[in-house]
Amino acid sequence: MASNGSRLRGRTLVALIPYAWLVFFFLVPFLIVFRVSLSDDVLAQPPYAPLFDWRAGLEGIRAFAAGLDFENYAFVLSDTLYLYSYLQSVWIAGASTLILALIGFPLAYAMARAPHAWRPMLLMLVILPFWTSFLIRVYAWMGILAREGLLNQALLAFGIVSEPVEILATNAAVVLGIVYSYLPFMVLPLYAALDRLDESLLEAAADLGAPPWKGFWLVTFPLAMPGLIAGALLCFIPAVGEFVIPDLLGGSDTLMIGRTLWTEFFSNRSWSIASAIAVLLLLVLVVPMVLYQNIQARSLEAGR
Amino acid sequence: MRKGLSFINVTALVLGFAFLYLPILILIIYSFNDSRLVAVWGGFSTRWYAELWQNEALLDAAWVTLRVAFVSATVATVLGTLAAIALARFRRFRGRALFSAMVYAPLVMPEVILGLSLLLLFVAVDLERGFWTVTLTHITLAMCFVAVVVQSRLVTFDRSLEEAAMDLGATPLRSFLSVTLPIIFPAIAAGWMLAFTLSLDDLVLASFTTGPGATTLPMRIYSQVRLGVTPEINAISTIFIGFVALLVIAASLALKWQVVSDRRAARAPG
Repeated sequence: MASNGSRLRGRTLVALIPYAWLVFFFLVPFLIVFRVSLSDDVLAQPPYAPLFDWRAGLEGIRAFAAGLDFENYAFVLSDTLYLYSYLQSVWIAGASTLILALIGFPLAYAMARAPHAWRPMLLMLVILPFWTSFLIRVYAWMGILAREGLLNQALLAFGIVSEPVEILATNAAVVLGIVYSYLPFMVLPLYAALDRLDESLLEAAADLGAPPWKGFWLVTFPLAMPGLIAGALLCFIPAVGEFVIPDLLGGSDTLMIGRTLWTEFFSNRSWSIASAIAVLLLLVLVVPMVLYQNIQARSLEAGR
Repeated sequence: MRKGLSFINVTALVLGFAFLYLPILILIIYSFNDSRLVAVWGGFSTRWYAELWQNEALLDAAWVTLRVAFVSATVATVLGTLAAIALARFRRFRGRALFSAMVYAPLVMPEVILGLSLLLLFVAVDLERGFWTVTLTHITLAMCFVAVVVQSRLVTFDRSLEEAAMDLGATPLRSFLSVTLPIIFPAIAAGWMLAFTLSLDDLVLASFTTGPGATTLPMRIYSQVRLGVTPEINAISTIFIGFVALLVIAASLALKWQVVSDRRAARAPG
């Protein structure tokens, strides 16, 4: 039999290893991002200053602290380009999430009503695209939406339009790309909520004289709400910071913040501005993220 | 639900799945297009596949990607399983709230933030960027996904089995290895698969944290895709999709087989 001491040591070790990993590779990097966002760009390696000088002792700390300021934030907040990027990101992600809910709900609902024998198969069909490459799925739309692409060919052939419409390189294409890529994230939590729904509640509503639409509105919809909220957050939060979709499907005027950060880092090589953008993006997302955390923790710890 | 499918439900299913699958199907069909022009069908051909084998840069990138994915998925599975056990089994410990926040946040965190922050870490500790920095980054993201998958299995798990083993004198480690681990194994395997495909697929994190000599396949594909749609990219995408589909189907068959054999074992007398 294990002594209490060795049990405790075992438990501590199990928690401590992943804990330490995440502190070092997740938490500490954020502190560094924050610290770099307060620095200035310089032509050196690493390309920001001031650097912390341990050997200079107290004097070094004082010089280090004096070199930090909120200049980058003032710059990002005063330049309308960045402000515009933030607003457009939230707007595009919000519109996409709304459309996702409108498409995802009927799909999840139909899946939950399908015969029991079909459900694993249907679930598999929703999950499978999630396993295939995100990049490839976005790329697939480039060929379809292009000026001489399949969609325009079809529209022309059916006489719906008389000349090709510009779809690729517009905000509409970005919304479409987000809806397409994130659909499984919306459907899965919704399906989980609808699948658990107790059928007898709907029967009770019907027995009490409620027409089907009323039963749906007063019983099904409220009970699906947690799934809807989880799905919406699961789509909205990463969509705000999305880079690949606006870069491949958007136009040059599709300024989303993830893309702006990328350009600032890779093209302008300004690490400190990129860091300030990242910190501000995190501030925009902190409320939805805390909400998501609570839902996630609650649903997992309740054991469903 | 008893009522079955109405016409509207069937329409929702057909349209929904058509939306999910048609673009991929079109991409696969056009990988066999003989014409270089993407919009014109020039007859069936496999020449773009043959040309892929001549493309050294692409093959190198594929090899780097597979190695990164294998190492990172394996380490992430171990770390993620430990994290899942800590979250599901240890109700109270110091810093638990912070720990669960750190596990769930990366699931939704925009990748550009994760990529930038890890790059700044690697620069700050002066680690040479390349294969290992990408691998460390993928481990960090993937372990959180593994943790969630395994945790959701652990919380639905009948703990009296573990307690019985311990009552019979097994140490916690022993009861974990001989009782818990076999039962949660399908979830761990699913977690490994998820970690593996996340790593295969990643463009943003790798772009931030890589260095010379460690260009991954998504990075190669991305740099070509930016120049426009080409049949070669369709061909490599088709191979990629086929590879992942095979893996997923094999995994689900293995899972099914395990469920069946479990049931048989449960039914067997003695």
